[in-house]
Amino acid sequence: MIGYLSILVLMPIAAVVLRSTEGGWDAFWTAISNPQAFAAIKLTFVVSLIVVAVNAVTGTIIAWVLVRDQFPGKRIVNSLIDLPFALPTIVAGLTLLALYGDNGVLGISGVSFTRIGVVMALLFVTLPFVVRAVQPTLMELDQDMEEAAASLGARPFTIFRRIIVPNLTPAILGGCALAFARAIGEFGSLILISGNIPFKTEVASVFIFGQIESGNETSAAAVSVLLLAISVGVLTIFHWLSRRSLRHA
Amino acid sequence: MLDPSLSERNIVHGGRATRWGLRTIALGYLGALLIVPVIIIFFEAFGDGVGNAWETVTSPDGQHAFWLTLEMVAIAIPLNTVFGIACALVLVRQRFRGKAFLNSLIDIPFAISPVVIGLSLIFVYGSVDGWFGPWLLDQGIRVIFTPVGMALATVFVSMPFVVREVVPVLQEIGDDQEQAARTLGANGWQTFWRVTLPAIRWGVTYGVVLATARALGEFGAVAVVSGRVSGETETLPLFVRKQYETFNLSGAYAAALVLALLALATLLAMNLIRRRDSAVVAPTTAALGKEGA
Repeated sequence: MIGYLSILVLMPIAAVVLRSTEGGWDAFWTAISNPQAFAAIKLTFVVSLIVVAVNAVTGTIIAWVLVRDQFPGKRIVNSLIDLPFALPTIVAGLTLLALYGDNGVLGISGVSFTRIGVVMALLFVTLPFVVRAVQPTLMELDQDMEEAAASLGARPFTIFRRIIVPNLTPAILGGCALAFARAIGEFGSLILISGNIPFKTEVASVFIFGQIESGNETSAAAVSVLLLAISVGVLTIFHWLSRRSLRHA
Repeated sequence: MLDPSLSERNIVHGGRATRWGLRTIALGYLGALLIVPVIIIFFEAFGDGVGNAWETVTSPDGQHAFWLTLEMVAIAIPLNTVFGIACALVLVRQRFRGKAFLNSLIDIPFAISPVVIGLSLIFVYGSVDGWFGPWLLDQGIRVIFTPVGMALATVFVSMPFVVREVVPVLQEIGDDQEQAARTLGANGWQTFWRVTLPAIRWGVTYGVVLATARALGEFGAVAVVSGRVSGETETLPLFVRKQYETFNLSGAYAAALVLALLALATLLAMNLIRRRDSAVVAPTTAALGKEGA
């Protein structure tokens, strides 16, 4: 089993890390401080943060509606949440292009091949994470607390802010962490809708892909390692926040 | 004095206005982001008539891509199922040093970009300057730019699903029954086949369904290691992109429709399984497993 994991996961990852430092720190630094690489990494980071922030709000609302609200067809809606997990990413990218592309069904121009397009695609693929993390916690949340607060005169918004949100924070943060990790590495859904314009819509994974295609593997490795470091760093911060909020809840 | 509108229902489920407001936001968001785009595939696929769509999907390259995709699934899923069950058993039932390390190793495919996965495989198995590539080439095995490398990439990305689905189920059932079987004289294999496996079967099935969905749709990792030669190393997702780039739009949508139908079948399977066994957990919660969520 350890052998299977080593051949499959451990060695390849080690190879990327070693390869990125092959030419020494100077070569590594040159690779990641290349303006195009830097622009791609910055875009990826900022866009992933925006997407995660949107998900924290919409994901929580969707989870609330699916747990507390009653309406016909709720079960179907609930099962559709997992669609982005099931749908191949290239199909997701293609459909978003059909809808929001310049010749798209909605007739909106200015989404495809722009940063808005990147955000839309990432919102699609990261949709389930926060919803599925918050749903079970919300189901288990003791409703007596809310009723007690109301009987003491708390208004709905106060109940939401002082009781529901603190109890859900660890779950929301956990979902956000996974969504962030997914967003920062996403490739398949972006390659069509983003247009991959350097300095504008080219994200890090697409940049790495381009470097591999042009035989520039050491530079690809350097950017990969940086991407990996950002991903691990942000996941650690999220886990720390999540544990902290658990203690203060 | 309590306001009579603060009935139990209104507190926990929100007032009428809140309820309708949130419902509208949630359903509107889902509709715009999720449902409408998927319906669009159907229309676009047949935009140039059924003829072109059918021709693209049934062209030799299209058929080859379809069967190659299934071949990748047929290689990756059995391997990852056997590995996943074994790994979950070790993680739950045994104590050893380095368990936390093993745990995080399993989540790596979730945490890194598929493109980086492809790149890492090139560094290890590349024929020119990979770690083992030249040696393997001497043995007559070429990995990168062949279906062998594509299978490796598929195995890599679909690895964590079965482990992450089976671990919580094993934790929940405990090991009382296994110990009872042992006391009654069953050996290790008998205990596994007659006690453990039946108890975890829905967890395993759910993991298999998720892994299959991922393996069917994998694009990035496979794109990097395949070389993307039509009719040779092109899976269905790569075929979709090729059709799009050669301006055969309705063909691209038709192939995408095939993938989307497979995805819908997966979704249906997921829901049937979850309804049967409440112990199986949603994929996200499974990935959060380490926090005990």
